[in-house]
Amino acid sequence: MGDAPIAVQLTGIWKRFPGVIANSDINLSVRRGSVHAIVGENGAGKSTLMKILYGMQKPDEGTITISGTEVIFQSPSDAIDAGIGMVHQHFMLADNLTVLENIILGSEPTQRGVIKNETALTRLTQLAQQYGLDVPFNSFVSELGVGARQRIEILKVLYRGASILILDEPTAVLVPHEVDELFSALSDLKAEGITILFISHKLDEVLAIADDITVIRAGSTVATVNLHTQKVSADDLAEMMVGSELPTPETRGSTVTDKVLIDVSNLSVLTAAGKPLVDDVSFKIHAGEVLGIAGVEGNGQAEIVDALMGVIKSTGVLVYDGEDISKWSTRKRREQGFGFIPEDRMRQGLLLETSLWENRMLGHQTLKPNSNGFLLTPADAKSDTARIVDEYDVRTPNIDVFASALSGGNQQKLIVGREMSSNPKFLLAAHPTRGVDVGAQAAIWDHLRMARQSGLAVLLISADLDELIGLSDTIKVLLRGKFVADADPLTVTPQELGTAMTGVKKRDEIGNTS
Amino acid sequence: MSRQKILNSLAAPLLAVGFSLVVVTIILFAFGSNVFEVFNSMAVYGTSPRSLTLMLNLATTYYISAVAVAIGFKMNLFNIGVNGQYMLGGMCAAAVAGSLNLPGVVAIPITIFVAIAVGAAWAGVAAWLKVARGVSEVISTIMLNFIALGLISYIIIRTNVGRAASFNVRGTEIIPPNGRMVGWNLLSPTIKVYGFIIVAALIGVLYWFVLNRTVFGYDLRASGLSVSAASASGVNSKRMVVIAMLISGGIAGMVGLPDLLGNDPYSYTLNFPSGYGFTGIAIALLGRNNPIGIAFGAILWAFLDVSSQILDIENVPREIVTIMQGVIVLAVVVAYELVRRNRVKSEQQNVGEALTQKESSAS
Repeated sequence: MGDAPIAVQLTGIWKRFPGVIANSDINLSVRRGSVHAIVGENGAGKSTLMKILYGMQKPDEGTITISGTEVIFQSPSDAIDAGIGMVHQHFMLADNLTVLENIILGSEPTQRGVIKNETALTRLTQLAQQYGLDVPFNSFVSELGVGARQRIEILKVLYRGASILILDEPTAVLVPHEVDELFSALSDLKAEGITILFISHKLDEVLAIADDITVIRAGSTVATVNLHTQKVSADDLAEMMVGSELPTPETRGSTVTDKVLIDVSNLSVLTAAGKPLVDDVSFKIHAGEVLGIAGVEGNGQAEIVDALMGVIKSTGVLVYDGEDISKWSTRKRREQGFGFIPEDRMRQGLLLETSLWENRMLGHQTLKPNSNGFLLTPADAKSDTARIVDEYDVRTPNIDVFASALSGGNQQKLIVGREMSSNPKFLLAAHPTRGVDVGAQAAIWDHLRMARQSGLAVLLISADLDELIGLSDTIKVLLRGKFVADADPLTVTPQELGTAMTGVKKRDEIGNTS
Repeated sequence: MSRQKILNSLAAPLLAVGFSLVVVTIILFAFGSNVFEVFNSMAVYGTSPRSLTLMLNLATTYYISAVAVAIGFKMNLFNIGVNGQYMLGGMCAAAVAGSLNLPGVVAIPITIFVAIAVGAAWAGVAAWLKVARGVSEVISTIMLNFIALGLISYIIIRTNVGRAASFNVRGTEIIPPNGRMVGWNLLSPTIKVYGFIIVAALIGVLYWFVLNRTVFGYDLRASGLSVSAASASGVNSKRMVVIAMLISGGIAGMVGLPDLLGNDPYSYTLNFPSGYGFTGIAIALLGRNNPIGIAFGAILWAFLDVSSQILDIENVPREIVTIMQGVIVLAVVVAYELVRRNRVKSEQQNVGEALTQKESSAS
């Protein structure tokens, strides 16, 4: 393996923006048929580097060599021609087209202007078999889950003849068993001679799949480790990335009080067609308690959160601090102490083309410091935004930039800061650290723990099972809209949770090894 | 606002106007007209005191119409029905004003109130259809325009509201002098600037204030930017649709009042000018829903309309100005979208640069 030919060679890549340097002296060589991971903090320069490799930006200095030939990319289509394919973190698929149509979109095989679906299907079936990427070609994309969508994206680039795949944070949206499926697919791809560049924050996953790891810090390549010849731990990598030790989400000591703050009984949410998404669910959360809900995405978590926020229709009784609030509007819930960190920050958490300080108002626009209930108070909102930016380490030059200009992690820090600033009594946190780098993740955990200490009740949903186990006082496993198991965070392992989430074990107290 | 920002917001409309001038020049040239002479006579005629007064009066009407449209636009509602709303609102207001014999301070507010109420009610039909039945407001407001026209004709021709207002034209009872807002001879001794221009200015100020300084305005803008984020922030989106539509219709109801209260025959006749609602859409686009931008747009539009009157004498088809207005709107829509994309991109770049700079100076 060690003497495999080099597929991608980057030598002395520099990228300067006027007056500043985004990439400085990047050197990277990727062996053919290997999985090469690139790790680094948010803003370390990974994205710029990948944009250079994918032809979206041109380097100021340095050379790119693909399979021994030096290349200059003017645009992504040059990179595609050279056999490079990119799978973006946010999928780019049309929901109302079939899988087949999505894959061939833009490079349809035609005969006299008529699309030859059969030709494409034959080739795709062969590709799918060869690489072990199983997708239903005739289903609509809207019917498929995240894992399948990702396989479609991968097939899409393979169909265009890519032999070098760039995967940008591919596991961010996947649950453990989907990650396993992805990894086994990646192994097949590797065996077929496909080269994979794997960008990730998740060091344990990187260690599980990669052959080589390159660490990027402050724009330069810090180190490259060959996992077949060198031993390296997640802590070592993290230290190389940030120069500090890897934080853990462990909560110390229970702060659960005996005051029931949230009492949900018989909560149900139905689709328009009457199919239950959340099916007669009941639970209690005490002040100072974190209730974690584990579950594969799409099993009703999002609907529970939306129902508790009052943004979708639901049946059942919601008692908050002793009062039946089932009929309260979203605004009243917000005003009375509900904090909300949404699962999809672009959809529910931010107004993208608006300044940061106006985003600080969102969800709290009727409250101080944003308004007096009728008139806005921009001056107060601005100074408070500056405080949040400072306290939560939101990396931004000022508070007048659009929210869309920030990186995902910094957007998330702004949201967390905003929600914690209104002193919530009950926080609905869905994936609070998704897409956030290691340092910021630890800071967000600290903030959650501190608030919990002072009596905050939290409903936590997370695909990161370590986070879920580390932060929760109680864990419930959600499957097809019902709770199927309880778990004790002190004893349960991520593997056990993962099994319960997929419905292998049912109606069981998991985590009790006795 | 920094100089850069002001420049950015002016770039698109100026480019659009410049582009339309080029197009019109080419067309005039193709028709063999003396391009310079045409433009020159338009400029000379358009800046006479009489023309300027006409321009201000027309701009007053256009301004109100464009603000009505802009409120809808701010939350992605397309109120195509301003036309029907102002005609019906104007007719009802005229009928009420014609029957009142009260001092102006009482009569005029009543007239304005009736116009607002009827305009809002007519828009409310579309709002209700959208919220309760999911009917697109684009379709329903267009239909309501036709229904309003039919209704007005019926009322004026068949009921006691209508009478012979002048030679062979039926209309509402003539508004007594007390109930009029005739205005002042500011620029020309022969023709007056409409008194309603003050109301229009007030509407502009109020529009800016509500949108930018109140929680309600924030909710409205948030709904326009992202329905899902707004609803998660506690905005009741259905209620918001209804309120925004009612306000839009209420303002639309006043569009006919400058003419009605400031110009002969002081009656809503079957010849009452129509089409202001559609001009309002174009001007709202041109002014990018900004109260100042809309004012400039309205004045430009009115100037072109008024100065085009001279073209008949120059033996040039007046429609050349309509072409010019159309090109301006098309070009400006394209230009704004380009400017917007450019801004999103450059902000991202600027943030990236500023941060790398910060980090490299820190280390």
